[in-house]
Amino acid sequence: MYSLSLHFFYPWIYLKKRIFTFCTIETGQFFSSGHTNNWAVLVCTSRFWFNYRHVANTLSVYRSVKRLGIPDSHIVLMLADDMACNYRNPKPATVFSHKNMELNVYGDDVEVDYRGYEVTVENFLRVLTGRLPPSTPRSKRLLSDDRSNILIYLTGHGGNGFLKFQDSEEISNMELADAFEQMWQKRRYNELLFIIDTCQGASMYERFYSPNLMALASSQVGEDSLSHQPDLAIGVHLMDKYTFYLLEFLEEVHPASQANMNDLFKVCPQSQCVSTPGHRTDLFQRNPGSVLITDFFGSVRKVEITKDTINLTSSVKPPIQSIAEHHVLQFVADVSSQNPKQKDWHPPDGFILGLWTLILLVFFQTYGIKHLKHIF
Amino acid sequence: MQWQSTDVEVNRSDGTKNSETFTPAPAKDQFQEELVIRPLHSGDIYASFQFRTLWDTDFLQEGQKKVSHYRLFPKSLGQVLSKFSVQELHISFTQGFWRTMQWGQPFIPSPPGAELWVWFHHTVSDVDGNWKELTNVLSGIFCASLNFIDMTNTVQPSASFKPLGLGNATDHRFLRYATLPREIVCTENLTPWKKLLPCGSKAGLAVLMKSEKLFHSSFHSQAVHIRPICQASFFSKSWELRQTLNVVFDHYTSGQGKKEWSLFKMFSRTLTEACPLASSSKVYVDITDNPEGELFELSPATPLLSQAVVLGDRRTYSVYDLTRAETFGQLRSFNLLLRWKGDSGDMLRPLLHAERYVAGFGLQTGEIHTVIYNNHPYRAFPVLLMDSVPWYLQLYIHTLTVTSKSRDNKPSYIHYQPAKDRHRPHLLEMLIQLPPHSMTEVTVQFERALLKWTEYTPDPNHGFYVGSSVISALVPSMVAMSTNFTQDQPLFSSFVPVKEESSYFVRVYTEPLLVNLPTPDFSMPYNVICLTCTVVAVGYGSFYNLLTRTFQVDEPSPPLAKRLANFIRRIRGVPLLA
Repeated sequence: MYSLSLHFFYPWIYLKKRIFTFCTIETGQFFSSGHTNNWAVLVCTSRFWFNYRHVANTLSVYRSVKRLGIPDSHIVLMLADDMACNYRNPKPATVFSHKNMELNVYGDDVEVDYRGYEVTVENFLRVLTGRLPPSTPRSKRLLSDDRSNILIYLTGHGGNGFLKFQDSEEISNMELADAFEQMWQKRRYNELLFIIDTCQGASMYERFYSPNLMALASSQVGEDSLSHQPDLAIGVHLMDKYTFYLLEFLEEVHPASQANMNDLFKVCPQSQCVSTPGHRTDLFQRNPGSVLITDFFGSVRKVEITKDTINLTSSVKPPIQSIAEHHVLQFVADVSSQNPKQKDWHPPDGFILGLWTLILLVFFQTYGIKHLKHIF
Repeated sequence: MQWQSTDVEVNRSDGTKNSETFTPAPAKDQFQEELVIRPLHSGDIYASFQFRTLWDTDFLQEGQKKVSHYRLFPKSLGQVLSKFSVQELHISFTQGFWRTMQWGQPFIPSPPGAELWVWFHHTVSDVDGNWKELTNVLSGIFCASLNFIDMTNTVQPSASFKPLGLGNATDHRFLRYATLPREIVCTENLTPWKKLLPCGSKAGLAVLMKSEKLFHSSFHSQAVHIRPICQASFFSKSWELRQTLNVVFDHYTSGQGKKEWSLFKMFSRTLTEACPLASSSKVYVDITDNPEGELFELSPATPLLSQAVVLGDRRTYSVYDLTRAETFGQLRSFNLLLRWKGDSGDMLRPLLHAERYVAGFGLQTGEIHTVIYNNHPYRAFPVLLMDSVPWYLQLYIHTLTVTSKSRDNKPSYIHYQPAKDRHRPHLLEMLIQLPPHSMTEVTVQFERALLKWTEYTPDPNHGFYVGSSVISALVPSMVAMSTNFTQDQPLFSSFVPVKEESSYFVRVYTEPLLVNLPTPDFSMPYNVICLTCTVVAVGYGSFYNLLTRTFQVDEPSPPLAKRLANFIRRIRGVPLLA
């Protein structure tokens, strides 16, 4: 719709400057996202058969993301254990998300990049920051640039400020925030959407401080995320509540859909989820209402239709920059050079407070409390 | 804009026509596919797919332009071959264990898990570096954790893995062998494997490969074998890529207990066309046990029969040629049906098979027993046994005993490379002469090592795997094997080159072992920190108090109410309370 209006106005731009302002609004909305490619990093961090639901969670997001257009080469899928071909699975090569085996999210065309013991905190952080050994194959790398929108989905067992990897190690929210800051400084993303489905998930995005980050979590600090429904034939819980309703929401989305982030924030209210999903948008530049779901979950390219012939062979003359294009470039330059918002002042850390308390305590223990009145 | 065809005009005639011209043909490739179905005596059914691409080109020629135009040969593998100067590459992914006693010998054997062995070209200077990079690249191509292959599980067998293709490389420094017994095979390994085929999974025999059926089986093995071969009609060497998939469907779980098999029951698909890029596309059904049709009924009937000598036995096969339209009949779909009428007798015992197990008790020591059976009534033959044991099972080679018929049997050739902690595994290769109709037992004692706490896997109580032993032998054949290689031989009988008529090559893999290592309690660091900090705090705190605490007499300050009252009285100028 937007491209048609642009095409219609092209000859008018040169002739009538009155239409200038109207045209600027159109292009501003048309190029509002500023990304050219999409990546997804989907991680399941739990091992063992009874954590079947975490693998099913990750695979349902994988399935939606693939369906909306992101190819396998742009998805880094990390599954910490194999559920589909596990000997306990009564239906091998399948992972179901709905009971009575309605929907097989594993499918026939799946490529898992990191599996089993390879899913570690170190590998996850290396994938994010791009610091991988030189012999790592392309399918295991996150080759994003400064125009990439990245979707990061984590699921597993977590707590207040940490996420457990494979029952043997943890990643803390500070490490994650620092990794995102490294990504920002290396310009490895344009915008990043972080979704986490664990217990006390909101604690994981508390520490973010880089710009252009939006985060969603399935539960607040102090709350547990609950699983949805077991399947009696398979014998385990199939999905977590938040991702189950997220999958149902995403099944309605198609590549041309205009659903935006405000709809995503409403997924799974407390009446359905029992826990309270949370979100964080203060680090994000744009208004969440103007961010399309397909900006992160799909790979929708903006197409500009033109009926003019473009001469590709002569390279000396630069192409005539229309005023609309010029304003687009200006807008894009403004977005990328904007400095991150000032951090809010926080009271000093617990450690500093404790240290000062210890020093004061020792001082007054030694010299007696009666000296206190000399101080105050 | 006019799109011009950039394809080079390739002569698609088959090899026999080209041999008449004797001029060096342009780089041409050819693709053949076949499926062999062999009903087994236990009621199970064994299906073996083979896809072969032959390409007359040379990846390793120096000074020539790199190969850049790929047609049937997959580009990802071609680039791997030329970049790492690979002479031969064999990789297999297997789920399940081949039960030799119940199923006989497979066409192409493979051990459980992942196995990779590579012969590098003799011009390679840093074989270890190439090996490390090759495993990483292959892990990306096949979506497997092959990057876990490193120096701690790689060996250089001296005699067991001779090149299967052309190659006078007898220097085993250019050979690397590694196996990952823990590797899981699932759809994510099958998907890229199918994408390597010229027709993908869209046409030809590959449409039958549906993962839900293939992985619901007793045995599933997919492999890629690349080697240079010398074709009889050409004078230059050509590269052969074979992709094989062996699957055994269980009588009870897939067959629902009924002795009736069809393509639809096995694969939930039927065949509708051959791959258009294939020069030959055939289905073979083994009817050796059913000469007059008294055992099972095969439909649709076919007049084509083929005899082949494979694995030392002359077998008869019904052949269905999928390149002919009449195979598909009126319905344009080909569904093979085998219905059993009578009970099959006992299977002939395989001439060579082996078992392996761990004996002993406790978590300190143990003993590995490998038992090899020679079931030939009167012939003795030598076998080459190769054992690769990880360094954390420290073998005591002085306790190695080989006994046949309760007498000592001294191997004529032993190659032993001891392990180096965290560097190299044990490698033991022995050439043992097996007496006829006997059982040979090889035992060696070992001690379990204590690993560093970071070296344990996240689930150490599962145990640690030891890869299968490999037993390679030339087994005497009851039927004369044909040594001349012709183009028309079916693929399943032409995999292993036959050097002499009286014996055939067999490789038997034993079970992998699952050994428990002494596992520490991983919560101990936390416990130690808590205990130490408590002790230090209590001890130091008391000591500090003793040193610095002084007691002084102090008037107690009056309570708040009195203080407030005194304050007000002071203001009023009235005398204060006590």
